[in-house]
Amino acid sequence: MRPGAVAEEAWPERAAAAAPATPTVELVNAAASVGGRSIWSGVDLTVAPGEFVAVIGPNGAGKSTLVKVLLGLLPLSGGEARILGRAPGEANQEIGYLPQRRSFDPGLRVRGIDVVRLGLDGDRWGVPLPLVSRWSRRRKEEDERLAEVLGLVGATGYARRPVGHVSGGEQQRLLIAQALVRRPALMLLDEPLDSLDLPNQASVAALISGICRDRGVTVLLVAHDVNPILSYLDRVVYIAGGGAVAGTPHEVIRSDILSRLYGTPIEVLTTSDGRLVIVGQPEAPAHHSDRHTHA
Amino acid sequence: MIPAHVAAQGAGVPLSWDLAQDIRQLFEFHFMVNAFRAGTVVAIAAGLLGWFMVLRSQSFAGHTLAVAGFPGAAGATLIGVNPAWGFFGFCGAGAAAIAAVPRARSGTQGGGFSEESAAIGTVQALALACGFLFITLYRGFLNGVNALLFGTFLGITDGQVWVLVGVAALIVVALALGGRLLLFASVDPDVAAARGVPVTALGVAFLLLLGFAAAGASQITGSLLVFALLVVPAATAQRMCARPAWSIGLSVGIALVVTWLGLSAAYYSSYPIGFFVTTFAFAAFAATHLATAVARGRRSRQAP
Repeated sequence: MRPGAVAEEAWPERAAAAAPATPTVELVNAAASVGGRSIWSGVDLTVAPGEFVAVIGPNGAGKSTLVKVLLGLLPLSGGEARILGRAPGEANQEIGYLPQRRSFDPGLRVRGIDVVRLGLDGDRWGVPLPLVSRWSRRRKEEDERLAEVLGLVGATGYARRPVGHVSGGEQQRLLIAQALVRRPALMLLDEPLDSLDLPNQASVAALISGICRDRGVTVLLVAHDVNPILSYLDRVVYIAGGGAVAGTPHEVIRSDILSRLYGTPIEVLTTSDGRLVIVGQPEAPAHHSDRHTHA
Repeated sequence: MIPAHVAAQGAGVPLSWDLAQDIRQLFEFHFMVNAFRAGTVVAIAAGLLGWFMVLRSQSFAGHTLAVAGFPGAAGATLIGVNPAWGFFGFCGAGAAAIAAVPRARSGTQGGGFSEESAAIGTVQALALACGFLFITLYRGFLNGVNALLFGTFLGITDGQVWVLVGVAALIVVALALGGRLLLFASVDPDVAAARGVPVTALGVAFLLLLGFAAAGASQITGSLLVFALLVVPAATAQRMCARPAWSIGLSVGIALVVTWLGLSAAYYSSYPIGFFVTTFAFAAFAATHLATAVARGRRSRQAP
């Protein structure tokens, strides 16, 4: 078993203890290519602990590629990357990862809580003995941890139902709980709002932002559409056209910059309460359903 | 030795009204004791691996592995070696062939499903064709063909029982070590891979073990009816219960009960064992299906 599996200390302290000077994510002149084709290059990015960062860009621009690079699943073709002060892939035990996809097959007869528990112990060899484990101290701590994250994402009510039977929004909350259950220092969420309806997009966005603020977890979230999360963001990374631009929302989300990145006219409006709204983005919701029917 | 004409069928022993006497009679002959031994270990192995197979939606692969046992056994008979070697050799080779096909993942973009099942279907067709060729080459093998395809419990030797025990022990130990990793890799392959779980290697190892389990089960139920032990108990258990540990236990339990009942029924009737095992398994599945449908209907009626 790994020593970090059940940490005793409280969560925020742990995030603060992880050397406050080291950036959580650091990319210097990084380049990635898949199958010999360059995806992006010359990317510089620094994410400080506790920041909420969104990665936005058109389909195929390399948003998920960035996530795979950070997890060490894809080596950089140039430049340097440090995650939590280590090489990519070496800090994965402290990263909560939510891959793009992903709905469970309706016939999958495994409970939500089992999926969340796999986030805690799924990479451990051996199986728990049916009766002995029930009274072990570690099991008790793990049960408390599960109850905590399920409560945090509001999934307690349906965690014991088969995961294929709950709604898409509920599945997404369970998966966030799974990503959270090890008390990660960094969460990499690949399109967690994709395929959710608008009210669920808003509530899941609020949930993620709350976890980021209250628990001090750094969040790097890949999204198609920046509008539901815009008000929570510390920073935006726009990936398009083989490069990336990073900055605060007000620096990056400007009509001229977005129009240049996408190569199509995009307008950024400011609402009366100071919020930004992007209009004319070539990723209208209709496009989503389109893509799913073809897949 | 058992006459060839009953080899693919039940023993047809008359049943008395005294249950204790009937059970005593069941274990009177050594071949029947061996049949129960073999059936028990096969049911345990099939119940365990079948559960993961159903979870991973690899039933078609499992069926193909079972069918691969048919040319294996026929070929082994043709060249005059123990059919068990043919079963295990061909099922292992089939597992390797299927493992070479990239696995389709539900949920992610780009359906590789059709490609995967087409490749598996090709392996299955080739296996059946080879089996038929070997039988044609052998000639005068027709009663044996029935036994290969639809199962027999007569004439299982002590040696065969020990081979099956060894295979079942291998499966139990492997799952005790890596069962949780396999569950993670099956339910959530992307996250498991990011957490350092060897998803691909586990998939290949699983297919190999599944091939062995299918080979073992084929020796009782025959190549075509392996599903009775691999799929039906697991599917029934998963329908009954969504808790992995309990569900796996149920799967093994159902496989055991179905096998024991099938053996007893075949002993006291003149009909083949494959039919009985399959029918009892199907009855359990249908009953569970009905019960859950009724329960769901009642729940939805109670809901406002």
